[in-house]
Amino acid sequence: MSDTISVTVKVWRQNGPDSPGGFETHPQQISIDASFLEMLDLLNEQLNDRGEEPIVFESDCREGICGTCGVMINGRAHGPQKATATCQLHMREFADGDEIVIEPFRAAGFPVIRDLAVDRSPLDHIIESGGYISVGSGAAPDANLTPVPKDAAEQAFDAAACIGCGACVAACPNSAAQLFTSAKVGHMALLPQGQPERWSRTEAMVDVMETYFGSCTNHGECHEACPKEISLDFIAYLNRDYVRAKVKNRALSGQR
Amino acid sequence: MEPGTTPQPNPTVLDSKVPDGPIADLWENHKFSMNLVNPSNKRKFEVIVVGTGLAGASAAATLGELGYRVKAFTFHDSPRRAHSIAAQGGINAAKNYPNDGDSVHRLFYDTVKGGDYRSREANVHRLAEVSVNIIDQATAQGVPFARDYGGLLDNRSFGGAQVSRTFYARGQTGQQLLLGAYSALMRQVAAGTVELHNRSELLDVVLKDGRACGIVTRDLLSGEVTPHSAHAVVLATGGYGNVYFLSTNAMMCNVTAAWRAHRRGALFANPCYTQIHPTCIPASDDFQSKLTLMSESLRNDGRIWVPSGAGDGRAAGDIPEGERDYYLERKYPAFGNLVPRDVASRNAKTVVDAGHGVGPLNNGVFLDFAAAIERDGHDAIATRYGNLFDMYQRITGENPYTSPMRIYPASHYTMGGLWVDYHLMTNVPGLYAVGEANFSDHGANRLGASALMQGLADGYFVLPYTIGDDLAGLLGDSVVPTDDPVFTAAVAGVEDETGRWLSTNGSRSVDHFHRELGRIVWDNIGMARTESGLRKALSDIPALRDEFHRDVRVLGSADTLNQSLEKAGRVADFFDLAELMARDALEREESCGGHFREEHQTAEGEAQRDDDNFSHVAAWEWNGPDTPQTRHVEELTFDNVALSQRSYK
Repeated sequence: MSDTISVTVKVWRQNGPDSPGGFETHPQQISIDASFLEMLDLLNEQLNDRGEEPIVFESDCREGICGTCGVMINGRAHGPQKATATCQLHMREFADGDEIVIEPFRAAGFPVIRDLAVDRSPLDHIIESGGYISVGSGAAPDANLTPVPKDAAEQAFDAAACIGCGACVAACPNSAAQLFTSAKVGHMALLPQGQPERWSRTEAMVDVMETYFGSCTNHGECHEACPKEISLDFIAYLNRDYVRAKVKNRALSGQR
Repeated sequence: MEPGTTPQPNPTVLDSKVPDGPIADLWENHKFSMNLVNPSNKRKFEVIVVGTGLAGASAAATLGELGYRVKAFTFHDSPRRAHSIAAQGGINAAKNYPNDGDSVHRLFYDTVKGGDYRSREANVHRLAEVSVNIIDQATAQGVPFARDYGGLLDNRSFGGAQVSRTFYARGQTGQQLLLGAYSALMRQVAAGTVELHNRSELLDVVLKDGRACGIVTRDLLSGEVTPHSAHAVVLATGGYGNVYFLSTNAMMCNVTAAWRAHRRGALFANPCYTQIHPTCIPASDDFQSKLTLMSESLRNDGRIWVPSGAGDGRAAGDIPEGERDYYLERKYPAFGNLVPRDVASRNAKTVVDAGHGVGPLNNGVFLDFAAAIERDGHDAIATRYGNLFDMYQRITGENPYTSPMRIYPASHYTMGGLWVDYHLMTNVPGLYAVGEANFSDHGANRLGASALMQGLADGYFVLPYTIGDDLAGLLGDSVVPTDDPVFTAAVAGVEDETGRWLSTNGSRSVDHFHRELGRIVWDNIGMARTESGLRKALSDIPALRDEFHRDVRVLGSADTLNQSLEKAGRVADFFDLAELMARDALEREESCGGHFREEHQTAEGEAQRDDDNFSHVAAWEWNGPDTPQTRHVEELTFDNVALSQRSYK
């Protein structure tokens, strides 16, 4: 059997968006081979056995790809391990006697639903505003008709790897969603398929982003928290494209 | 009645409605013969699509583009979370870009053979035909498939296929394809053709005069129960692998939508066909919540072995070469470590059951890269598998570059599901099932990189054609109003059910019962099945189910986000499904693909089919909660593929 550690879990409980919240403290004995969320599963079993309502937290794939999970662990989005979503964090990253403070992602754009669950639907609204290439089913030409340089495809993938977890927003002192938005814009701007709508897409997505989220001031905390290590270069790329889009999208063609 | 011994009353032979004609022209000819809905009439039809994974998102987006008024439902916070996102390896298509002899016919042939001759030829051929369109579609959407230095698409061989027909996007092909389908869906949401309902779970399917007319959903945040009506209902709600509790499926994957449809009359086909994937990380303790898949591609370079002596507790590095049993290479010299999934999984179980298991719980086998690292160098292996090695290390704390990985099979995919005809319609008019939710094109065993292909084929290129043929006949009919008694009764039923869970006031959590159920299913309806084990399951499952309904503890209320309440309904459905799986496995007195009955094996221990008696689909009809289901059959005919015994020696 594996080694066990004793930790003190301080976890945020909040009944609803408008209810007051507060911390609850629970001592936990836990195997270091348990994942962080399995530690919470066990705590929830204990709460349920005692007649107390389990802590609400979200997760689904538990493989670090669906982006459903995500909490602040000791003040850091997704916790202490680099390039690791909350679901892939394991208790061996903690030491015997540690206090672990667990809070929901904190951002004005992500209102708390209950306990550790937040509403991240503004990220969907950003995609809805233009995060697509307009090609109806059946309208596509042969896939090899348009070669895509290997490095462009690779860089587009680096951006497309974003799992939409929102850690970038939670980590940002301004609650900005620049890293998320730039990843989507960058993915499509790097590919030939993304060119026809490049400028309208960029402007529309940034405009919707700004209705929900704060402004980027290049702290770089987003990149540090990102489980997929999306590069800050994509933010620079977005900023440049946004300025160009403002010119390209002028109403009169002679002024573009 | 003793299940498995007495013939069922009034079994019918099901009509798949496959048109006549040469198989290569069937789909093309059929597209012409189907009724069309005039473009300006499409907006008069409302279609509900439940689930937003590859099949659901592609179907909803495509139907929206065509002009239908679509309501799309997901119980996730965003359509992008669906478990299609976790598929790693790739997607097959008969593009033949590598010029290595692939063709539509070969992909068709390989899929029928890989499914151990238990799939419907006409559907599989259509799947192979439209596979090429999927790659075009996804590429145009901006899916960043792997490319070679000339900028053209790269392919690899996958799962032992003899041609390179698998397109891939690093180890995240499912993610990229889903983001493509999700973006197409969001474009339609913006266009107003699709109304998106997130955090909404289907809890009933509603029929009027025998035809599907809508669904009832529960809002997972407010608890509000709402009826929705439509001219047609499409279920794209995935598979039921979580019946095993431990699986590679996401935590929330469940059978509830398909099962509630089954309870309303939709036949459930081949529930015993489940796929156990050979390369997953073994459980580390009793609290394990799910298992993680390590891509099958690892078997291209890893050698699988166990210590020759049972109960050998030494570290891998301390076991000399002469005391290692490379059992797949020994038993299958031709295919070695690349035997199909079902064969690899069963052999791992055999050696672990015989006491050769490795790791702290003796529940794994080694997957060793030492020879590959010595041959190709550390860097080459890191380039090929770096992401997977990092993931393994994150989960286990062990370094696979210096000590072998430990792997063990886990539930991964389910070939069974709702029975559908050639139009992907269930036996209930107006109710469709697409993707993993239907009993599908994979027969008794799915080949690697074929799940993504089927989900997108159904959603982009099959359902949008076939649904029109049915809807055309309904022109002028309005939807059933949601204040109709069929809806109010269904809403009341759902509200009763949630109230019942909250008032049971038992002592054990939902997860406790799910875990116990999973043990029964895994032990008796897992990789190898016996008559005695299946009969044991048929007595253990109902006993545990009674305890569950009597003693489950669901706290809190129904008018807020209550995850225990959500799970209670899903686990209740898993109990019923598990019982049907056992009956289906018991009745199928043969071995085929993922269904291995120990009584039916060749002298070499391979699956032995009984084509004379079981070359059919078994589709079960619900008869009420206390009455066994009726087993109907659809006969399978093989006019284009010669039946043979699979051999990988």
